[in-house]
Amino acid sequence: MTQWQKVCSVDDLQPNSGICVLIADQQVAIFYMPKEGAIYAINNYDPFGKANVLSRGLCGDINGQPVVASPLYKQHFNLQSGVCLEDETVSVRVYPIRIDNGSVQVSLVELVS
Amino acid sequence: MSNKQKLVVIGNGMVGQYFLAGLVNQSIRDAFEIITFCEEPRPAYDRVHLSAFFSGKTAEELSMVSADFFEQHAITLHLNDKAAHIDRENKTVTSAKGIHVQYDKLILATGSYPFVPPVPGHDRRNCLVYRTIEDLEAMAAAAKTSKVGVVVGGGLLGLEAAKALVDLGLETHVVEFAPRLMAVQLDEAGGAMLRRKIEDLGVIVHTGKNTSIITDGEQCVHKMCFADGEELETDVVLFSAGIRPRDDIARGCDLAVGPRGGIVIDNSCKTSDPDIYAIGECALWNGMIFGLVAPGYAMARTVIADLAGNVASFTGADMSTKLKLMGVDVASIGDAHAKTPGAMVYTYQNGASEVYKRLVVSQDKKYLLGAVLVGDASGYGTLLQYYLNSIELPENPDALILPARSDESVGLGADALPMAAQICSCYDVTKGAICQAIEAGCTTFGGLKAETKAATGCGGCAALLKSVMNSELSKQGFVVNTDICEHFAYTRQDLYNLIMVEHIKTFDELLEKHGKGRGCEICKPAVGSILASQWNAYILSNEHLGLQDTNDTFLANMQKDGTYSVVPRIAGGEISPDMLIAIGQVGKKYKLYTKITGGQRVDLFGARVDQLPLIWKELIDAGFESGHAYGKSLRTVKSCVGSTWCRYGVDDSVGLAIELENRYKGLRSPHKIKFAVSGCTRECAEAQSKDVGIIATESGWNLYVCGNGGMKPRHADLFATGLDKETLIKTIDRFLSFYVRTADRLQRTSVWMENMEGGLDYLKSVVINDKLGLCEQLDQQMQNVIDTYQCEWKTTIADEAKLKRFRHFINSDQPDDQVVFVEERGQLRPADEEERKHFKLVEMV
Repeated sequence: MTQWQKVCSVDDLQPNSGICVLIADQQVAIFYMPKEGAIYAINNYDPFGKANVLSRGLCGDINGQPVVASPLYKQHFNLQSGVCLEDETVSVRVYPIRIDNGSVQVSLVELVS
Repeated sequence: MSNKQKLVVIGNGMVGQYFLAGLVNQSIRDAFEIITFCEEPRPAYDRVHLSAFFSGKTAEELSMVSADFFEQHAITLHLNDKAAHIDRENKTVTSAKGIHVQYDKLILATGSYPFVPPVPGHDRRNCLVYRTIEDLEAMAAAAKTSKVGVVVGGGLLGLEAAKALVDLGLETHVVEFAPRLMAVQLDEAGGAMLRRKIEDLGVIVHTGKNTSIITDGEQCVHKMCFADGEELETDVVLFSAGIRPRDDIARGCDLAVGPRGGIVIDNSCKTSDPDIYAIGECALWNGMIFGLVAPGYAMARTVIADLAGNVASFTGADMSTKLKLMGVDVASIGDAHAKTPGAMVYTYQNGASEVYKRLVVSQDKKYLLGAVLVGDASGYGTLLQYYLNSIELPENPDALILPARSDESVGLGADALPMAAQICSCYDVTKGAICQAIEAGCTTFGGLKAETKAATGCGGCAALLKSVMNSELSKQGFVVNTDICEHFAYTRQDLYNLIMVEHIKTFDELLEKHGKGRGCEICKPAVGSILASQWNAYILSNEHLGLQDTNDTFLANMQKDGTYSVVPRIAGGEISPDMLIAIGQVGKKYKLYTKITGGQRVDLFGARVDQLPLIWKELIDAGFESGHAYGKSLRTVKSCVGSTWCRYGVDDSVGLAIELENRYKGLRSPHKIKFAVSGCTRECAEAQSKDVGIIATESGWNLYVCGNGGMKPRHADLFATGLDKETLIKTIDRFLSFYVRTADRLQRTSVWMENMEGGLDYLKSVVINDKLGLCEQLDQQMQNVIDTYQCEWKTTIADEAKLKRFRHFINSDQPDDQVVFVEERGQLRPADEEERKHFKLVEMV
């Protein structure tokens, strides 16, 4: 069974943009698109720019895939798989995430694995 | 033992290198082991644009060879070693350093040397020539202790050299033996017009002067005495009186040379020894030396074809040229002097705008024989095609040089050119080759350049290439996709119009009505910028926040480690000591790395996202406001100190700069905008390198537009002269509003204007003469932006809800542990990867 941990409330999220949370020493970027009812969580570390900045990237879609563009050098990462669109050998970790009764929850099991 | 033939190339100048670069792309390359000698300490560089060295280009930037070229293509390069002797009997070459190599085929690309007239005193100190980068370094060294410089020779190279002296800050003279400048290419009236224009630029021209001796001067180092008894004092003498072929190595092995020098070659570029070729300026073909690079390239191509066993012949070269001499356009085509029997001449002279044009046509007025253009060479491409392809002239050939009347186009359309027409003479690219590349799927201008190499040499054919491309694309039924991205099938200009006309206030509304999907990092910031330009709402409000580019989202500039830099506005670069101290105190308190910017303000680096509001609270309390360094918006209005303090100042440049900066601050635009105001024509504020530059003159303000620095620097164009302040501001209002409305995303004013059909003249007709009847709207648009200005930081600081975002983690007050600094020269900087391993985060504040 998936173990969920509350990280913040829906009111803390930035619609159509990203925020960053700290859980178990990991930085997790959370993107929220209320119109589509979509929420995504990926690791905040940009493997190209080598800095914790992905939560501050612009999000949108490319060919139907939800993506965030790195604010440093503009590589795109698929928000569902974490794979970089420009270089498929590079990916960032993705985390299960859900909204339950106004609380935003990330799966702990996945985090410690 | 290799069974490859040994190919030795003597000389790695532009032509020698062109030969190598061409050869390694051919399959016959594998038949040869290639060895080349280069006498200079660096491989081939662009000698044609040598004077760019003094306007800031480095030797590396002038290089024509990538760093790994020789290694990549297994070519043995003997750098800094001159080939000294050829033994034809044993087929060997010996170098000055004693290297001894065998050859099967030998290519001489030894080039030329500058001719120095044998006047007594020609070898005095600081009497120099202009040919190599070492020569340039010697010039720069000489200029440091000099005030006056003289160029001997008023030809093409001489005037290039004069530009170099001007760039070095010397009082510059040109001394020419002939009665006019560029005597080979220009007729008398053309030469006179060029002289006037060059004298306007501060160069003093002396024609009909024969130097008899150079001796000790009284005020300067040297005194030049002329045959007519006049004298001229100078500190530096630069000889640029023509070139002579370097044929000494050929003479040393008894190859045939011409009576006045030059290694004799036949149509396949072979010398009198069939295993030895000569190409470029050292070669004498049909009694002629070609002192231009294009014929040298043609010879190189001939030799490559000959080595491959193909029939190829060099049949002479067209010596037509177009160039910009000290900013003056000059072009000469074919028989410029009308020496052809029966030739007819048309001339057009416009004294006011200093334009001179001359057409030489055949007796029956059907064919173009030659042309001279001074001051406006825009017709060069068309005229050259008429000349090279013997295209029949229109009924009234003078239409080709008269100013265009509004309703008729006299330019030769790309369709009129035959497939064999040469579009690019540097790389011998025909219209046929371009069409072929387009058919093969190459449909962008950049792609076409990369594929065919056309317009990558001197660049003179770029406009023609573009018109061939456009005409071919439309003929083949291509629709050029100008959509901004996959979410909107519109250009930025279309989106602007939709937003304006339909009063659209948010991205979501625009997406719903005219787009699809969710948007992306292309369309979101572009639309965010348009909404801000048009309605000027607070950019961090909930409906706009997600649209903003990296830097706009936190109203600061993100640096490589994810921290930010902070730039308060310092309008016009004027700041009181107290304000300066206030910045210093903030910098000190938050341990920020501090640097003065090129735009006359102070940049504070290394602020964490959670520190930004604290820093800005203190800056705002001290009286600062946002500098918008993070936005695609007005950055700075740089100024010199102006008439208030300066002995030479003509008007108050600082006062105007502050007024303009406060007027346009906060204006969101397709790209950043930079201004400068200079208080006199000495131009200390460098206004001519800005999008908008203003220079004070005795008769009012002169306005320059569409300049920029950066990767591809461009001098601004003079837009209007002698303006009073009110007219000046009105003109800038309209110019900026029109730019904001019609430019592409991330398009600076220079590219915007260059891509505009009709260019500068069209822009003037819209902004100054209100050709489109738009000016009232443009005025209103600007007034709205000015009336709704807000300091975004002030608004943000006052809004508790907005400040919630300014922390690294939404659920913790910890800072980002990846941000690590080390100290250097007494300040902090981001630690590099190696350093990170050894340092832990130091608590900053």
